[in-house]
Amino acid sequence: MSESGNIVAGTAARIFADLADPQTINRAENERWKVPLWQALVDAGLTLAWVPERHGGSGASVAEGFEILGVAGRFAAPVPLAETMLAGWLLSCAGIVSPAGVMTVAPARPRDRIVLEPDGTLSGCAHGVPFAQDAPHLAVVAHGAAPSIALVETSACRVADGRSLAGDALNVVTLDRATPIHIAPAPAEFDQTSLMLMGAVARSVETAGALEAILALTLRYANERIAFERPIAKFQAVQHNIARLAGEVAAAMTAAGSAADAIAHADIFDEAIFLETAAAKIRSAEAAEEGAAIAHQVHGAIGFTKEHILHRFTLRLLAWRDDFGDESHWATALGNRVAARGADEFWPLVASR
Amino acid sequence: MTANLRFDPIRLPPECEMLRREVRAFIAAEVAAGTFDPNQPRYGDLHDRAFSRRVGARGWIGMTWPKKYGGHERSFLERYVVTEEFRVANAPVRLHFVADRQSGPILLKFAPEHVRMDILPRICRGELCFVIGMSEPGSGSDLFAAKTRATKTNGGWLINGSKIWTSNAHIADYMIGLFRTSPPTNENRRHGLTQFLVDMKTRGIKVNPIYQMTGEHDFNEVIFEDAFMPEDHVLGEIDGAWKQATSELAYERSGPERFLETLYVLIALVRALGPKPDLRSAEGLGRLVAQLHTLRRMSVSVSGMLQAGEEPVVEGSIVKDLGTVWERRLPARVRELAAFLEPETTNRASLEEQLAFATMIAPKLTIQGGTTEVLRGIIARGLGLR
Repeated sequence: MSESGNIVAGTAARIFADLADPQTINRAENERWKVPLWQALVDAGLTLAWVPERHGGSGASVAEGFEILGVAGRFAAPVPLAETMLAGWLLSCAGIVSPAGVMTVAPARPRDRIVLEPDGTLSGCAHGVPFAQDAPHLAVVAHGAAPSIALVETSACRVADGRSLAGDALNVVTLDRATPIHIAPAPAEFDQTSLMLMGAVARSVETAGALEAILALTLRYANERIAFERPIAKFQAVQHNIARLAGEVAAAMTAAGSAADAIAHADIFDEAIFLETAAAKIRSAEAAEEGAAIAHQVHGAIGFTKEHILHRFTLRLLAWRDDFGDESHWATALGNRVAARGADEFWPLVASR
Repeated sequence: MTANLRFDPIRLPPECEMLRREVRAFIAAEVAAGTFDPNQPRYGDLHDRAFSRRVGARGWIGMTWPKKYGGHERSFLERYVVTEEFRVANAPVRLHFVADRQSGPILLKFAPEHVRMDILPRICRGELCFVIGMSEPGSGSDLFAAKTRATKTNGGWLINGSKIWTSNAHIADYMIGLFRTSPPTNENRRHGLTQFLVDMKTRGIKVNPIYQMTGEHDFNEVIFEDAFMPEDHVLGEIDGAWKQATSELAYERSGPERFLETLYVLIALVRALGPKPDLRSAEGLGRLVAQLHTLRRMSVSVSGMLQAGEEPVVEGSIVKDLGTVWERRLPARVRELAAFLEPETTNRASLEEQLAFATMIAPKLTIQGGTTEVLRGIIARGLGLR
């Protein structure tokens, strides 16, 4: 991690620790705690981290932005930080100034399409758009003769109620000849896949962060919980389960960290970025599934209660698997690319990274 | 409590890519000359004295060691490239591989200077084969139960007992062996073992073959009957071998050979599937590639930490745990993905032949060099659970 990456990550960690402590917000009876948290994130320039200063953002590097998301993952904070950052990044790619406030991006799933109509309006349906009902603005990638990037008011779209596994807003957004506030051509080589790649790395980084958190929770619980007159950490069966959890955490950290590093140093999203991103999203989602199961197994009944904070992490880990392409999507795309390259080009591709 | 696991996104530096091209050209020339066949996995377990000498002549053995001992003072990451390219090509590196990976580094650290000057340059030239003498009939994963004795005698030590599962013992020039010099103490059951350099030509050493379920001969039993070891063949502290083993484990456990041993079946699958696989095969292949890429990035990361002088024992153990389980399961996954190939598919026969071999050797992968259970115990200790 660079020194500046350390500083922004430190800032994010302080804000989340002060204003989004999982124990505290898990006991909260309403969502008022979100207001000071969001304000602090805005004031620190984190929500528009990927927007250049001339567009009103804080102009953090891509790498620094991923450091922020790693911290957000460790708190599994149910605020649209990743979504607003991604929207700011997307709009900036087309030179569009980001508005203040919460944003999200559409489409958020690779098979959805939004098209630019001949009259300059946008039509299409985007499923599983995170936090759309909380966001006044959407950043959109639209298909047309060439891809465009647009800023759209959510009030110009139909937003169906919906919740993720973790209870966070997750909506079907329908655009029916919606008029964008701004629209501009996407840069060369940029299309919907570019947004899926960036979104997939963002979710992978958050996933790795949340997995680190459940490993820490699980270690603490195993050392504290007494059964059969000793801490359950002393039972070999439990030790080996947690060792496997650590392996899954390590795999997710590595895959996500590698993809974030690759995308942060890439000029264009080429074949290598595709491999890194697909691998990160697939492997971190596999780790989420296995890791969440082990963490629950070690925690026993208490981890299945509303009162315990474990679900705040595990349910988001499971929900995030579906955003910006699930494992099956990326695996099929990656498998097809590897097959098309042929057996002799297989090892050179893997060893090139 | 946090685990503080670290896997920095380390990349191989540009000089590694130049080296990789040299290694690939060397391998291509050896294959063209008929030294080995990269599509025949059995070669990866063979030894070839002439081949090892040619590898040594290229400067690819003892790459990280000081020049005064015949080494080349190159980085761990450069060694990583050579190791993975030879492994993926199924090159017959068996003769020099153990000496290069772990025996040489032990000698560098613990052997007297004149012994280092004598032996290390010969390892670097690809002339010497080493065997690891740890397990005994009554002591496998539980190394500290070793009973084979080294008893003090005039000018040295006399060894009596036996070692087992000693790969290469029948072709090896030297063993690095672990022998009991004192009984364990009540406070420390690991006390009392000493590492020795053993010349396999010593009188009183007998090697008996043990054939494996694949039909191959790799394992042996080594019997010691009053085999004399000179004083200068003691490596490190008498009775204190347990202190010397930890950093070595990270080297032994995190390398590319810990997840690439059955890779040929995946490459053969890609060849048999052709450019347009069905949906099921494409998805399965994509997942395996994602897992392989992740393992390699983890392994390179540990190698980078070793280069930086760190001792990532937990991270190294995690790489071996995940890597060996992956390479053991790989033949079964490939078998599933190949199930609906048309019977007449080109390259199917070759895939099936390689699958048969990989399926047979798979069980050993999560046993050799530290079982899955031992590794998970080490990880659990590192996490503060033991």
